[in-house]
Amino acid sequence: MTWVWSNLDFIWDRTLDHLLLSVPPIILSFLIAVPLGWLAHRYRVSRGIILTVVGLFYAVPSLPLFILLPFIVGTSVRSPLNLIIALTLYGVALLARVVADGLESVDREVRQSATAVGFSARSQFWQVELPLAGPVLLAGLRVVAVSTVSLATVGAVIGAQSLGSLFTDGFQRGIQAEIVAGIVATVALALLLDGILVLLGRMIMPWTRPHAAGARRVAVLQRVAV
Amino acid sequence: MNFFIEALHWLVEPANYAGDGAIGIRVLQHLGFTAVTLLFASVIAIPIGFLIGHTGRGRGLAVAGAGALRAIPTLGLLTIVALWVGIGLNAPYVALTVLAIPPILAGAYTGFQAIDRTTVDAARAVGMSEGQIVRLVEMPLGLPLLIGGLRSATLQIVATATLAAYVADFGLGRFLFAGLKTRDYGEMLGGSILVILLALALEGAFALVSILIVPRGVTAGRPTDIRVRSKDLTR
Repeated sequence: MTWVWSNLDFIWDRTLDHLLLSVPPIILSFLIAVPLGWLAHRYRVSRGIILTVVGLFYAVPSLPLFILLPFIVGTSVRSPLNLIIALTLYGVALLARVVADGLESVDREVRQSATAVGFSARSQFWQVELPLAGPVLLAGLRVVAVSTVSLATVGAVIGAQSLGSLFTDGFQRGIQAEIVAGIVATVALALLLDGILVLLGRMIMPWTRPHAAGARRVAVLQRVAV
Repeated sequence: MNFFIEALHWLVEPANYAGDGAIGIRVLQHLGFTAVTLLFASVIAIPIGFLIGHTGRGRGLAVAGAGALRAIPTLGLLTIVALWVGIGLNAPYVALTVLAIPPILAGAYTGFQAIDRTTVDAARAVGMSEGQIVRLVEMPLGLPLLIGGLRSATLQIVATATLAAYVADFGLGRFLFAGLKTRDYGEMLGGSILVILLALALEGAFALVSILIVPRGVTAGRPTDIRVRSKDLTR
């Protein structure tokens, strides 16, 4: 415990580093995954290609990717940019499928009704499909937020500063309190971002209540939550 | 592109296939470790998952537990366990078994829960005992999701086993860390490529197994994708 009290500044700085590494990928992956997921949802051919590529990418282990990526995009191994790109790619890999599933979960009758009352394809997407898929998207985004925060710590072994630095430093110097502090701070940060997303979801989608969703959507939500 | 040519040279250099730290030995270590950890985790998670799925009790607890575990950083778990039990292979075994349990557990119980209740009721109505229902109805019907869970767990283990080279002299991760330390780009890129190929090969093997092993009756009306999405991102 004494280690924690005498190193609060260090922990705080690493927390800020960590936020800088993990927040941009969460936002970026959402912005990229929505059009990609839409494309996967809209056409049968693109669905097969996108979901296969995304699924395979999801299987690539993080550490080798962190090392490989700089040689492909030209960043330095230790730069935050390298990690931000890699984490964004993982986020997209997970979210693109969720977006496709979410759009898929909108009832056909609802879509047909929207067409019948005169929604154009574009306004139907923005005003009908996207809001109705919202709860599924939020569930996916929450998973991405928590796992991005956790995954960002891995960068510490290649020298990128984050809360993960508490693990590498604590391990090399044999300070258990430092590692435990790092784990607690990482989990707290993940829960904080998760809580913010839940609040944002309630603000943007005031109509969502636990039991309001149809059976089909609940099924998809459960699958995402797993 | 120069670096990738260096990596290729490293990959085909015969000297790298001889001796204690040979590429072949590292690959086998990595695979063996993955298999043993997967077995440990399965022995713990599958019976509990079946119990939760069959009785419907404790599901909330399992979901909350899996969620909490997803938030725990793997590197933190690896390093703290290494300090507790000492440097060596024990730490990665303990840490990785813990990490592999949630996706397998989730696969086991969601597999049971995805079964149409009328099917289970029908089995009970024709006089099957609870044991028979689990063995003959729920286990085969829940198999696709269980395999999905095992697949997520395997990917998780392969990825984290790479990281485990940070605390133990073992597996393919060794090449990555050794290359980083000596700035040997061929070694660290070559090692990275090997890990990625290994992960993709296992992913492919699981895709194949999930097609072959699932009984034909199950495939009728099966959703297009049967994977359990898991916290898997906590690599």
